[in-house]
Amino acid sequence: MRVEDIAKVLDARIVCGEELKDYTIEVAFASDLMSDVLTLKQDHVLLITGLANTQTIRTAEMSDIRCIVFARNKKASPEMIALAVENEIALIECRYSMFRACGLLYQTGVKPIY
Amino acid sequence: MHFEYNVDGGNFTRAGYASSEIKKLLKRLNVDQSIIKRTVVASYEAEVNIVAHAYSGTIYVDVFDDAIRITFKDEGPGIEDIEQAMQEGYSTASEAVREMGFGAGMGLSNIKKNADSLDITSEVDKGTTLVIEMRLNG
Repeated sequence: MRVEDIAKVLDARIVCGEELKDYTIEVAFASDLMSDVLTLKQDHVLLITGLANTQTIRTAEMSDIRCIVFARNKKASPEMIALAVENEIALIECRYSMFRACGLLYQTGVKPIY
Repeated sequence: MHFEYNVDGGNFTRAGYASSEIKKLLKRLNVDQSIIKRTVVASYEAEVNIVAHAYSGTIYVDVFDDAIRITFKDEGPGIEDIEQAMQEGYSTASEAVREMGFGAGMGLSNIKKNADSLDITSEVDKGTTLVIEMRLNG
């Protein structure tokens, strides 16, 4: 699923990384625990999280994750956006809960990792 | 090639900076993408450990023709029982560290899973040295 379509399904806003709107993700993982995210081996992963800090962006950078959805109105700070832009990571802010965001994406065919 | 990066204990804003630089370096050297990912995940985990547990530290990166060696040397409380620290789920991390999305006791075991070799030596009240090596060809 394309980044732009993820934002559409979640009625959410792409905060940065517009140029990645055609980037396609294959699987999704939802967690607030970055240690768990760092164990993923897959590529083209979408991260859905409620944890909004610079280490969320760093974790994505190290794990080659190119798109993050912040659920439940969590906002990306200017520092997070700067780091995401530098590393070509799309950030999406979504007002839905993590559960609802996951449910909607799962319904449209986004695959889980486990 | 040899590079060094300083790491401040407790400074979570900067945590990951060194591993980010290492990732850029390995990309410039055209290292295979899957090796880069394993290297920087291990490096980032080790860097976060310094920030989370030590007072200060230095990361030394040595790039050879066939391998990369990264040494994480910190001044800090040290690890009393390395075997226990290696166990998944064991953690002495503070609440602040957990709020950053870490401290679940998965770091050292994840470093071990990603690195081709891992060596830890530690002295209580002095500090810890962690060395990882990554093979560059097969």
